[in-house]
Amino acid sequence: MRRATFGVLRLWIVPVALVLWELVTRMAGSPYFPPPTQIAGQLYDMWLSGPLSQLLLTDDALNTFGPSLGRLLAAWIIAGVLGVAFGVALGRIRGLADYADPVLQFLRALPPPLLVPIFFVLFKIGTPTQLAVIVFGVIWPVLVNTTDGCRAVDKGFLETARVFQFSRYDVLRRVILPAAMPKIFAGLRLSLSLALILMVVSELVGSNSGIGYSLLYAQQSYDYAGVWAHIVLLGVLGLLFNALFLVAEGRVLSWHANARRTV
Amino acid sequence: MLELVDLGHNYGSYRAIDRVNLKVAQGEVVCIVGPSGCGKSTLLRSIAGLIKPTGGTVLLDGKPVDGSPENLAVVFQDYSRSLYPWMSALANVSLPLRRRGLDKKKREAAAMNALDQVGLSGAAAKYPWEMSGGMQQRVSIARALAYQPKLLLMDEPFGSVDAQTREELEDLTLRVCAHHGMTILLITHDVDESVYVGDRVVVLSKAPGTVVGDLPVQLPGPRDQIHTRELEAFVRLRAEVGRLVRGITPYRNTHGYGVETR
Ligand SMILES: Nc1ncnc2c1ncn2[C@@H]1O[C@H](COP(=O)(O)OP(=O)(O)OP(=O)(O)O)[C@@H](O)[C@H]1O
Ligand SMILES: [Mg+2]
Repeated sequence: MRRATFGVLRLWIVPVALVLWELVTRMAGSPYFPPPTQIAGQLYDMWLSGPLSQLLLTDDALNTFGPSLGRLLAAWIIAGVLGVAFGVALGRIRGLADYADPVLQFLRALPPPLLVPIFFVLFKIGTPTQLAVIVFGVIWPVLVNTTDGCRAVDKGFLETARVFQFSRYDVLRRVILPAAMPKIFAGLRLSLSLALILMVVSELVGSNSGIGYSLLYAQQSYDYAGVWAHIVLLGVLGLLFNALFLVAEGRVLSWHANARRTV
Repeated sequence: MLELVDLGHNYGSYRAIDRVNLKVAQGEVVCIVGPSGCGKSTLLRSIAGLIKPTGGTVLLDGKPVDGSPENLAVVFQDYSRSLYPWMSALANVSLPLRRRGLDKKKREAAAMNALDQVGLSGAAAKYPWEMSGGMQQRVSIARALAYQPKLLLMDEPFGSVDAQTREELEDLTLRVCAHHGMTILLITHDVDESVYVGDRVVVLSKAPGTVVGDLPVQLPGPRDQIHTRELEAFVRLRAEVGRLVRGITPYRNTHGYGVETR
């Protein structure tokens, strides 16, 4: 209760910052830096003046956000599944990490945007390429964290599993994965925020839909309020994802938070 | 059923146990006492197949142990690292029963019954981190009893509970094991407990641990916490074990008492 009240009270900074931003931009009068009221107006016109049946979202909003968010979530889930699967293998199969490490370090060092041309050739233009870019960019935090988490499973837990002769499946499902879950979630959270960035990047190059494409379009039509509206939108999406993720994490890992509090 | 032949183990160049020889018969309750750090846990871990001893052999039913043997349960000394914090007490106790081919209902009923026996029926839904050390230890005992192993290894299983609960758990363990014909190897540093619980008391010397005494406990009738402990034979045996643990050579005292060491 007290923490919640504090959380709300801390929000005083938001209106103060907005008012300051408004004042500064109005005084400066630069076309590249429109005041927030103008940005809000543009945001409303573009996306939030729709009918109630669409939760006030305009058709334009649905057509822009839909493909973007769909790709983002799909890519994040693919990266999560692959990252956990490979991470478990790397963390638990002795010696495998030594072989795989040089290759992984090499791949990890490649900036995903630079791979767009290669993915183009492989997957042709469109959704598959964008998915590939995002997956390739966001798999690493999950992979690395899962590997670490699986490697660091307490010996006591594994010895118990051995003495009571758990099946291989039970060891994985009921001992290793739960023990590594806090780390896996940390990785997933990082990769979610990365996925948002890479979604935009992947849509800036060779795409004809989505938030990134729409941002590029606004920029090329010298609609600076529109550009800023996109930036604000991305910030809000980032906040929203993070909040949703923390709620999910709180449910899955309640034992972890509580165990740490008592130890 | 269990035989240790010249069992020895080195951690690097440090010798933890040295040429331990021991034979345990089916259904016997053997207590191992010895000073702290003498290698009691090392001995137990070798039997459980958790470490590969650097010398000697462990035979179970005549066959050398390789990996963790079937039908074995362990109550670990470090109970907090042996219960899974992401599971309730009930889930912790019932998880090993999956191997027994019971369906979920039966598993939970058996787990519930075991928790009830250790006095934790009210805490079945609790997580380990919501429990005191003594409660966690009891969950870990419940898990081992519910599993109904042929051989039960217990590493200082009653260390974190109060005296009265401890006595209850000692009696419970004896009762349940006798009922299922389990063989028990119980490690303790409590001389009193070893004589009360054991059919035999094996004394290890200080590091590197080796057997310095192997005393049969011949006490009449079913054990009783008050009555048994005031028997003259109990008191005598306790003194004998105490001397061995402290490294005092056994002797026949002026009353002519004393126990042969094997
Ligand atoms: N993994 C290990 N690596 C190196 N040395 C170890 C290891 N485990 C135990 N030892 C050493 O071996 C000796 C015996 O340890 P062990 O845990 O078997 O003793 P213990 O008799 O169970 O003691 P306690 O009564 O305190 O539980 C100790 O000196 C300890 O430091
Ligand atoms: Mg020990």
